[in-house]
Amino acid sequence: MKKNKIQEILGFNILRLCTGFVLLFLIIIFWDIATKGIGSVNWEFLTAAPSKGMTEGGIFPAIVGTFLVTVITAVLAIPLGMACAIYLNEYAKDGTLIRLIRMSIRNLSGVPSIVYGLFGVVLFVQLIKIDTSILAAGLTLGLMTLPWTITASEEALKSVPKSYREGSLALGATKWQTIRTNVLPYSIPGMLTGTILGLARAAGETAPILFTGAAFFLPFLPKSLSDQFMALPYHLYIMSTQHHDIARVRPLAYGTALVLVSLVFCMNFIAIVLRYKLRKVRLE
Amino acid sequence: MSSQSFCKKKRMLSSAIEDRIIHGVFLVCGLVTVIVLFGIFGLLFFTSFPAFEEIHVTEFLTGFDWNPTSYVKEVYGIVPMLVSTFMVTLGSLLIAIPIGIGTAAYLSDVASPRVREILKPVVEMLAAVPSVVIGFLGIVLVGPAIAKFFNISNGLNAVNGSILLAVMALPTIVSISEDALSSVPASYEQASLALGATRWQTVIRVKLPAALSGVIAACMLGMGRAIGETMTVLMATGCAPAMPKSFLGPVRTLTSSIAIELGEVAYNTTHYYALFALGLVLFVITFIINMISDIILHRYEKVSR
Repeated sequence: MKKNKIQEILGFNILRLCTGFVLLFLIIIFWDIATKGIGSVNWEFLTAAPSKGMTEGGIFPAIVGTFLVTVITAVLAIPLGMACAIYLNEYAKDGTLIRLIRMSIRNLSGVPSIVYGLFGVVLFVQLIKIDTSILAAGLTLGLMTLPWTITASEEALKSVPKSYREGSLALGATKWQTIRTNVLPYSIPGMLTGTILGLARAAGETAPILFTGAAFFLPFLPKSLSDQFMALPYHLYIMSTQHHDIARVRPLAYGTALVLVSLVFCMNFIAIVLRYKLRKVRLE
Repeated sequence: MSSQSFCKKKRMLSSAIEDRIIHGVFLVCGLVTVIVLFGIFGLLFFTSFPAFEEIHVTEFLTGFDWNPTSYVKEVYGIVPMLVSTFMVTLGSLLIAIPIGIGTAAYLSDVASPRVREILKPVVEMLAAVPSVVIGFLGIVLVGPAIAKFFNISNGLNAVNGSILLAVMALPTIVSISEDALSSVPASYEQASLALGATRWQTVIRVKLPAALSGVIAACMLGMGRAIGETMTVLMATGCAPAMPKSFLGPVRTLTSSIAIELGEVAYNTTHYYALFALGLVLFVITFIINMISDIILHRYEKVSR
């Protein structure tokens, strides 16, 4: 009996150790980037363009580029993702077609990001001929984000009680009227929460934009959506591997990493707080 | 028929038509996912097809040399990349699976509900760290540490890549395994405890076996993530295009080869097509892994119901 007790204490401590490792990884990532990056982040770093062969100056064009691309991503992925989720959850009846759609969604979320990049090059740059641009990169990221927004939107739709729909249908409203007035108002906040999480991931992605529009260095801000752009994740990649004087620009790379991580985590934080608040409201 | 009721009927008719149209619009949106999936496969297939007018398929799949820019004779053999990909994936799974399952078991069976509520989003945060940032840390942090530990000049190698990919695969493995463990019926646990087993024995001998298929699917999804990851391996594994010699030497995976070479190659050349063939190979590998884990997860869902 005593042997069992010792075994249990030992075993549970191993499990605690595993969890400790995961937390340790996270702490190391944050600690290293925060402590070494904070020194180079100041107002000038955030608002100036890179200068002197990217050895000085800031990352403003990269921030603008990432923002613009994320907007395009959102414009494609949010409406399409929501519509697909509405179809799956409200209209579709169980059958081969639905299974095919669901299988596609699950597989799309497992397609490597570089493969999306290749797809974007052929489809947007070569076939549709919108050239390497903000638009091409944003659309590529949008397709990549699609499976995540669909899954998140469906969760939100599922959480609306069935009685809401039945009440409306029983009063003679059509399906679309029911969805518009009795389902969407209650599920849109939840949909947005999940979508923000997806957009945060898209904003930090590098591989899909490598060949669809991200530029090494541009002396000016993009004027239209068909221009190339600088992006934060790509800028970090350049500064840490491709720059001619990597050792010298290391502080700038750390600064870029800190800004990127902060951006992604702000978006995540907003989404998590939103989700928490919504859950509370629903319980009341 | 009075004109009023006629109007009403007309309105009903038009709203019925509206409903039809909207149904159709949503259906098309749903079909977009299918079109994109098949579109990716189709475009990769047809773009890589011309490559095989010059390269023999068997040479491509079994060749030990990849040298598309040689002046003498271009050779396209993907074995070194397959081996590299396999090495870093295996390494990452050796690290991530034990830690991931351990963490999942801790969250589902040891931690108090309060601790679990806090830790679950924390683990999810790890998934939110952009891959380029992880790769950056591989260069500035893990690389020097490995160089020092093994006393070698350069820490950008397969071990480095494995460690980073493990960090990236962990959130997937933890959260899906945790779901699987949590959905084991409470009666299993109660029966085991009533028979006098300790909680540890219950976790290891009852709950883990009961959740095994879910846990395996979690590991496979983590594996898919590791195989398809680009930026971290591109930055942290040295990327020498030769047959990898050891875990402490540089490796170049399928993903990083595409990332390195696509930027330098001219459109519509054999080399360009060959890179799409690499993409196709990558797509097929991850597709198979996803399908298998999907099937396992589904069977598991049915059983647990």
